[in-house]
Amino acid sequence: MSDIPLQAVLSQVMLGLNNGAFYALLSLGLAVIYGMLEVVNFAHGALYMMGAFGALIGLEYLEAWTGIPGLRLTFWWALLLVPLVVGAFGVLVEALLLRRIARLEPIYGLLLTFGLALILEGVFANGFSAAGEPYNGKPEALEGVVNLGFMFFPRYRLFSMLVAVLSCVAVWWVIERTRLGAQLRAGTENPAVTSAFGINVPRLRSLTYFLGAALAGLAGVVAAPIYSVGPHMGAELIIVVFAVVVIGGMGSILGAVMTGLALGVLEGLVKVVYPPMANTVVFVIMALVLLWRPAGLFGREA
Amino acid sequence: MRESALVTAAASNAAAMPLLQVRDLHAWYGESHVLHGIRFEVPEGQLISLLGRNGSGRSTTLRAILGLVGRRQGSARIHGVETIALPTHRIARLGVGWCPEERAIFSSLSVEENLHLPPRLAEGGMPLDELYTLFPQLAERRRSQGTRLSGGEQQMLALARILRTGARLLLLDEITEGLAPVIVERIEATLQLLKSRAYTIVLAEQNLGVASRLADHIALIEHGQVVEAFAASELPARRADVEARLGV
Repeated sequence: MSDIPLQAVLSQVMLGLNNGAFYALLSLGLAVIYGMLEVVNFAHGALYMMGAFGALIGLEYLEAWTGIPGLRLTFWWALLLVPLVVGAFGVLVEALLLRRIARLEPIYGLLLTFGLALILEGVFANGFSAAGEPYNGKPEALEGVVNLGFMFFPRYRLFSMLVAVLSCVAVWWVIERTRLGAQLRAGTENPAVTSAFGINVPRLRSLTYFLGAALAGLAGVVAAPIYSVGPHMGAELIIVVFAVVVIGGMGSILGAVMTGLALGVLEGLVKVVYPPMANTVVFVIMALVLLWRPAGLFGREA
Repeated sequence: MRESALVTAAASNAAAMPLLQVRDLHAWYGESHVLHGIRFEVPEGQLISLLGRNGSGRSTTLRAILGLVGRRQGSARIHGVETIALPTHRIARLGVGWCPEERAIFSSLSVEENLHLPPRLAEGGMPLDELYTLFPQLAERRRSQGTRLSGGEQQMLALARILRTGARLLLLDEITEGLAPVIVERIEATLQLLKSRAYTIVLAEQNLGVASRLADHIALIEHGQVVEAFAASELPARRADVEARLGV
């Protein structure tokens, strides 16, 4: 270890934390949807991809498509509006498709969302470059680097970590500390009794899917200036995110966030120590955790 | 003059109209037909006890009134409103509170969160202070997770939870089952208090003693049908027959 410069370790830790922030944001949405609806949402990566495309389309294509001169969605507007659009799309998916199979085995939800992901990827691959396009709408205020003392770190990446952490805290707060969150948790635990209290459980389910999908959309918008925006960006990431959720424990909000950040950092560290392992370390850990604690690190044993 | 006549008519109408009127209620769980035309009614402020053996359909009757069965047919009117086509949460908002047999205390919520969970359905729900006076054990354990409570405490919580909402029609399923005698006494006293405050109560019970002390009306249920219905005052005369039917 002593021949590895501290500088390299620290910079990989920072980059790892940045990746981990995306893992956390995506696995949080997955955990919310699984925890509340018991749907293993394979379309989550596609929703993330839609978020990134929402930002790209808003910036580059909206003017040409609508014919309204000067109609462009700047990054800040995209950050606000695109998650709402993706969330609304999620509500449609829940109301039109998932609700019909809610009483069936979870495998049907998994297959349905998997098929949906393939369709969405196909649609975007048809209309846009499969290799991906850069998003050139990064706001000026977030250009440049910040001196962290031990390294210079891109200002935008710091911003993306901040958005991820704030979103995670906000979601945790809503679910654990508010009346709405208590109703959501109760609706998951016992839908019959919850609706017998006069609570509209189907609407809670829509709201949950909205929240999960909007989080994926938000992650997509934030990712757009960093990664190239392409139809397969979600599929590549979602496999790791699923590993994160399995390690953290399906449905555990805290578990999803902590595991996402920790695995990002771990990936970064492995990149310094033994680069060939970097892309597989997450899956090795997943296998070990499944052997040792099948419910995940933060999951409740059944 | 005319107005006061109207008021009187309305009042007598309200007195005549049962708060809950169940007619020819059928219910299915999947393929199995569980209720075969249940029929009973409860005037406002009275307590009806649904008596029957295990599996006779008492609990299902309560669930069917709330629309919590696979499929239902017939008629269930609350305050004169037909509820057969309404979703469960809309039925509840007519002012119905339900204590399920399994109590269904939410394990992820504390005692106080459990109490705060059900939205207010109407004015006049009991404030938290009063509930804690009524059930001092709950006050002591207000921060505990719901499932850490004893059976009796869970039952009190399940009851307290629906009293806070302002519900005036209470559907109580086996609320004394499996509890220590001292707790059964406490719950009976609470039900007497609720009766004195003109709550309308449907009590599904197996315990004839509890039913006989509290009920205004009794309906005997067998195979998903009401086989006998009578005023509770007739119970002493019919006791032998009722006991035979209940198999006690």
